[in-house]
Amino acid sequence: MGKTILEMKNITKTFPGVKALDNVNLKVEEGEIHALVGENGAGKSTLMNVLSGIYPYGTYEGDIIYNGEVCQFQKIKDSEEKGIVIIHQELALVPQMTIGENMFLGNERGTKNAINWNETYGEADKYLKMVGLSETSRVLIKDIGTGKQQLVEIAKALAKNAKLLILDEPTSSLNETDSRALLDLMLEFKKKGMTMIIITHKLNEVVYVADKITVVRDGSTVETLDCHETEISEDRIIKGMVGREITDRFPKRSGVKIGDINLEVKDWTVHHPLYTERVVVDKVNFNVKKGEVVGIYGLMGAGRTELAMSMFGKSYGTDISGTMKINGKEVNLKTPREAIDEKLAYVTEDRKGNGLVLGKSIKINTSLANMAGVSDRGVIDTDKEYNVAAEYAEKLKTKTPSVEQLVGNLSGGNQQKVLLAKWMFTDPDVLILDEPTRGIDVGAKYEIYCIINDLVASGKSVVMISSELPETIGMSDRIYVMNEGKFIAEMPASEATQENIMAAIIQSAGGGDKS
Amino acid sequence: MSAKITDVLKKYTMAIALVIIVIFFQINTSGAILLPQNINNLISQNAYVFVLSAGMLLCILTGGNIDLAVGSVVCFVGGIGAVVMQANIPWIVAVILMLVGGILVGMWQGFWIAYIKVPPFIATLAGMYAFRGLSNVVMQGYAIGINNETFLKVFGGGADCYIPDFIGSGAMNITCMVVGVIAVALLIFSVFRSRAAAQKQGYELAPLPGELAKLVVISALVLWMFYKLANYKGIPTVLIWVAIVLLAYTYITGNTRMGRYLYAVGGNEKATILSGIDSRKVYFFAYVNMGLMAGLAGILTVARATMAQPTFGNLYEMDAIAACFIGGASAYGGEGNVFGIIVGALIMGVINQGMSIMGVNANYQTVVKGIVVLVAIIFDVLSNKKKK
Repeated sequence: MGKTILEMKNITKTFPGVKALDNVNLKVEEGEIHALVGENGAGKSTLMNVLSGIYPYGTYEGDIIYNGEVCQFQKIKDSEEKGIVIIHQELALVPQMTIGENMFLGNERGTKNAINWNETYGEADKYLKMVGLSETSRVLIKDIGTGKQQLVEIAKALAKNAKLLILDEPTSSLNETDSRALLDLMLEFKKKGMTMIIITHKLNEVVYVADKITVVRDGSTVETLDCHETEISEDRIIKGMVGREITDRFPKRSGVKIGDINLEVKDWTVHHPLYTERVVVDKVNFNVKKGEVVGIYGLMGAGRTELAMSMFGKSYGTDISGTMKINGKEVNLKTPREAIDEKLAYVTEDRKGNGLVLGKSIKINTSLANMAGVSDRGVIDTDKEYNVAAEYAEKLKTKTPSVEQLVGNLSGGNQQKVLLAKWMFTDPDVLILDEPTRGIDVGAKYEIYCIINDLVASGKSVVMISSELPETIGMSDRIYVMNEGKFIAEMPASEATQENIMAAIIQSAGGGDKS
Repeated sequence: MSAKITDVLKKYTMAIALVIIVIFFQINTSGAILLPQNINNLISQNAYVFVLSAGMLLCILTGGNIDLAVGSVVCFVGGIGAVVMQANIPWIVAVILMLVGGILVGMWQGFWIAYIKVPPFIATLAGMYAFRGLSNVVMQGYAIGINNETFLKVFGGGADCYIPDFIGSGAMNITCMVVGVIAVALLIFSVFRSRAAAQKQGYELAPLPGELAKLVVISALVLWMFYKLANYKGIPTVLIWVAIVLLAYTYITGNTRMGRYLYAVGGNEKATILSGIDSRKVYFFAYVNMGLMAGLAGILTVARATMAQPTFGNLYEMDAIAACFIGGASAYGGEGNVFGIIVGALIMGVINQGMSIMGVNANYQTVVKGIVVLVAIIFDVLSNKKKK
């Protein structure tokens, strides 16, 4: 195929006490899409930071050869001058500024002392067209959706004259339609000769776009797979990532007896908090039994989180109607506190924003929702609190030196475990888990699944909201499919396939006028 | 081991800075700064800073929110007390009225901030104007003298505001020394009792050498302070109030649920709400409490001056805010503690007093204060950066 545009040779990078990269080799050919996969902490992002000059030359060992010359980048500007542009996982856009202002932030058009706004917006519009956005560049960033924001990031990279584009988890905050659009855009750029490196957890995306796949594990490159030589399956990639064959991605539940109905919701309707005439959840009926895992599947924006949060003490929405029964008793939960007291727990999808106090310790986070459990008449027994947190950390296999560790320093998988511990400590009967494995790696996912199995084995009920079909099918006993605020199908997991669930969604979207 | 020492240094940076500042003035004032009389003055003059910072700390913990009205409230409450006492109403009634007045002001501000979501800066800015104006109304623009001897004595004003020496009668105040020894004994006893209780129940213990070192340092400081005071006129009554406030707030922030909520709301409000905690109550509590502290500070201020004046309390809020920030409270909320504000208030107090003794022009003293606040924050920002 084409010539080698980038070669990273024997890259070794050590942080105090940790060898983050150990003799990594990466070879990228011109005009290809090269996927970099590996578990969290495997070293993918570190490698890209070395490449883009965030870790300057001299802080690592090894060589970067780009376009035939050895490069010694001191800062990001150096690598950008050569056409290497990285788009970070967290969007680096200022919400209160326009698309155009963002696009040329730090790279302003005009003279030294005056910005030429006509040129700024004119140029910006040109790049927006290239990524297929019809907005004008005078629109504020906060007024467009995350999908479009991601496209603005790409346009921004193009404006820097990118020849080698690095995308770090570009679809992590996008829904499926937007993700697909983005991937198609990548394929289009490829046709025009652009070289790209994509870092992603979503293996179906890797299979869809990648020409070559390099697997990183524990700081070293394990293998590079060529997708054009043989068909590469997701299982094949996973095998490389975890270093062993995963025979079953979902642990089996055996001998769990499914009992009586634990939670029942009837005609649950929720309106949007600001646009009160908009119905976000529309007459939803469902139930969960003791010892059962019920999956709620739907595309992003289907109203699943809104349903869960409105049930959890009216944390979302206005004008909520319908009835809810817990253990046969009708309840009217007005605040999260009442929900917790009625033994309902909602484990949020947004663990950093809505779930954890990142600047505080595991101990403090674990007891936050059930302070009464570790205190007496308003006074906290810190020794007891420590022991409770330590107990859960051990039970859930949270990897940490001590429960005094700040939650912000933990990996995503371990943060998720702390969040689960916090809610398990409230001793709920029903747990609503919203995207419990979002953004965490394969190994940690498996452990979360095991925790879910333990929960139902002890007689609790789990409602699992997920955007991942294999996970929904693999973990649930029963599946509800949600679309546009309505529950459109219910099926036992044994009858569910990816095809019939997607078919149900498409049918309901197309046949809406019939009902 | 060396890593541990740097950790300790980081944790007590400001305390070490305080020691350095004291040494600096000790040299430059030829030892005057640590004379018994000056130690006594340091406490009496800065009592209001300790009290107000304790209230301000809780507000700041909830997310860097400050209360700008504090100085005006101090003046307003003080004015009420002076007027009431002038009318020959018993001083105890005046004290209750002043404290309740502070609480009502706190409720007024807390309501707008917590339940109507008026930004604290603006709600308290409004309060700053309004209560300054009301002070003028209450006092009708005049200074009002206070001559209730009991009131002055209890709250640290007038000539004889010291706890009398029951035991000795010599040059040294024996009662003062005895209180100091008892305080240290109680401290040591409580530490070992809690360790014993923890051990009995099989809980993990903090390493003994570290805890012993801390205990020794604190005990030595307390004894030294009481020794100095004993060589002057004994325990100033105002010290009792300051000690009660500081001990109570150490307990509230460290050991109670409400204390934990203050930190949690400042750290991540959404997560706190979804943990079943009503964040509005937390904000409300913080401001009501600030009002109570402003009430107490008002009492101490008018007692010390033996009168109330419509100009009292000017810029007190800034002293309290500065003490909190110098003491390591985060401007974004969720971080800070009472030990820190004690150090912060002492740093400001020592610098003030040191410069006065050295005879530095008063105009420059304010400049130095400003620089100290800035340097403290720069220090904080830089050391946090290194952590990451």
